[in-house]
Amino acid sequence: MVPLAYYLLLSGILFVCGVLGFLIKRNIITIFMSIELMLNGVNLSFVAFAAHWHALSGQVFVFFVMVVAAAEAAVGLAIIIAVYRTRETLNVDRVNLLKL
Amino acid sequence: MTPNPYLYPWLVPLLPLAGAAINGFFGRRLSKKAISTVALVFCGAAFVMAVWLAAGFSSASAPYSSDLAHWIRSGNFQVDFSFYLDQLSLVMLLVVTGVGFLIHIYSVGYMWDDDGYYRFMSYLNLFMFFMLTLVLAKNYLVMFIGWEGVGLASYLLIGFWFTKDSAAAAGKKAFIVNRIGDFGFLIALFLMIKNFGSLDFTHVFAAAQSLPAETAGAGLLTAIGLLLMVGAAGKSAQIPLYVWLPDAMEGPTPVSALIHAATMVTAGVYMVARSSVIFERAPMAMMVVAIIGTLTALFAATIGIAQTDIKKVLAYSTVSQLGYMFMACGVGAFSAGIFHLMTHAFFKGLLFLAAGSVIHGVGGEQDMRKMGGLRVYMPWTFATMGIATLAIAGIPPLAGFWSKDEILWKAFNASWVYWLIGVVTAFITSFYMFRLMYMTFGGEYRGAVVEKAHGHDDHSHGHGHGEPHESPWVMLGPLVVLAVLSVFGGWVAGYNNHFEHFLAPVFRGASDVAQEASPEAGKSTLEYLLMVVSVGVAGLGWLLAYLLYSRRPELPARIAASLGGLYQAVSNKYYIDDLYAALFVKPLIDGSTTILWHGVDQGIIDAAVNDSADAARHVSDKARHMQSGNLRSYAGWIAAGGAVVIAYMVWMGLR
Repeated sequence: MVPLAYYLLLSGILFVCGVLGFLIKRNIITIFMSIELMLNGVNLSFVAFAAHWHALSGQVFVFFVMVVAAAEAAVGLAIIIAVYRTRETLNVDRVNLLKL
Repeated sequence: MTPNPYLYPWLVPLLPLAGAAINGFFGRRLSKKAISTVALVFCGAAFVMAVWLAAGFSSASAPYSSDLAHWIRSGNFQVDFSFYLDQLSLVMLLVVTGVGFLIHIYSVGYMWDDDGYYRFMSYLNLFMFFMLTLVLAKNYLVMFIGWEGVGLASYLLIGFWFTKDSAAAAGKKAFIVNRIGDFGFLIALFLMIKNFGSLDFTHVFAAAQSLPAETAGAGLLTAIGLLLMVGAAGKSAQIPLYVWLPDAMEGPTPVSALIHAATMVTAGVYMVARSSVIFERAPMAMMVVAIIGTLTALFAATIGIAQTDIKKVLAYSTVSQLGYMFMACGVGAFSAGIFHLMTHAFFKGLLFLAAGSVIHGVGGEQDMRKMGGLRVYMPWTFATMGIATLAIAGIPPLAGFWSKDEILWKAFNASWVYWLIGVVTAFITSFYMFRLMYMTFGGEYRGAVVEKAHGHDDHSHGHGHGEPHESPWVMLGPLVVLAVLSVFGGWVAGYNNHFEHFLAPVFRGASDVAQEASPEAGKSTLEYLLMVVSVGVAGLGWLLAYLLYSRRPELPARIAASLGGLYQAVSNKYYIDDLYAALFVKPLIDGSTTILWHGVDQGIIDAAVNDSADAARHVSDKARHMQSGNLRSYAGWIAAGGAVVIAYMVWMGLR
């Protein structure tokens, strides 16, 4: 039996990787993948707690998160395609039309 | 109420209003003929209406009143649009519509070439509406509408040539000085509302009649009377508020004749006479009226001696004659005051119209030193103006003699001081009027400069001027009619005070208090003696003017030189305008500029608004850098925010 702390540590590492990727990367797709990484880091801690406490609600929550992430991926990829078509770039620094 | 149900007095003022509306709204598109027709028809209709009313008038059933509409209903206090016709209103009605109609006709000729012709006619009609409202009002508030309205019309017409700075300034001066008077009038109205609960003439006078005469001290009626007199002094150009009237001569001459001689400026006299019940019970207010009138009569007459502008002489003469009217009212001879008002409307209207004819004839020149010899060029103007001069000088049997003599006799009954000053004024009046006649019509024509200087002054009549010419008949007609009235107008008083008996019912409430000196008993040798004296001084004035300005034209300059400072003071109108400028106008302007404008308006109000806007802009300017448009910086903000939230929760958890 792997102790809970290991799961949580892995979960934290995944989340921090996501955050750093989100902040550092410029390619939209990479940023998008970083978001997924963060979500899955959180998911991992959810299921780890669920298994540890023998409570189903954690796992149910994970399904919720996965559904939302799937929907988000669908919408997000559509937006990315639209952005690429109009701007011909995936660099977020150059997607700045709203800037003053 | 009315014996002739088909005669509605309120129609009289509304007719000119309709004319004013038509010309004012559509005049720009109408031809000049159409404009003239509209203006004359509506004004003439008012005159016909007035004559009709007069024909059906019976003293027995007077006063007639008619309510047009409700206006203010508040608790027990009520004011309606109601009109009132008694002997006094009837006289005013006939004078206003009659003289007004003649001046309308004259204006057609005088103003024909002016670009603002339709505007002028519309204003004249508007003036008639307000003036008729004033004289026909049944309560003080409706009277006040007319009172303010004639002020408005006067302002519009003085500033008629508004592109000229002096005309615009004169208009403003008239309006502002009148406002000072109106302030007094308004407070008098508030006092009446507070104490009598009504502004209706009948109610107010009934309430006032029940009060005892304030012989011992000053009370409510004295206060009301004095405040009314403040209003009257503003409108009727009495000391200390007379300064606007001479400046008002910037307006076109028909306006000077109609508004600033014949009708509007007499509104104050009318108002005082209308309020006779109040004044009779306030002897102190009466005395103030008499003193102001007497002083103004003398004061303005002396200024008139040294004026060289033909219209300015007449303006000061008007102020002086109005002083006579107030003197009459002040000694309780209200009917004599109204009588003089009527004859004055005839001869002073005529004088102004004739002066206008002269100005028209010499191409816009108003300086009498550049006239002279005009009797040859314009005989009709000369004849009619001569009649008016004889009338104002008080030469029997012309109109002015009867009314002026009546006033002097009544004044003598009150106090010989009034009489003495009145007689001196009569002498001066005669002198400056004949001076005007000799300078304008006598001697040789001195206006060779006119050709070169054409159009340099007020008037921009379009036609070329070689030598002076007589005016067209449309202008001479009214002159002749007014000349006839100036000759015969005084006879209505007749020998047995017909006029006074006619007006007596109006002043009945008043007369039982003050006129112990019964005029009937006084038809004595004394009165004839005084009459001879006043005619004598008029003759003396004529003689002096003849000697100085016809026989020895070089003398006046020498006399003026020998008088030095005194002459300077008189010809500069005693520096009253400068005094007012230094005392009131300049401090007011300076205070307004430094304190109110630079201090309050710019320093506090503007500063508050501008500074708060500036502050908002600066703060926003700093805050907007957060929104860089850079997606990753937003991500950073989110992460930072998340970190803060987590840190907070951890801290909360640790606590």
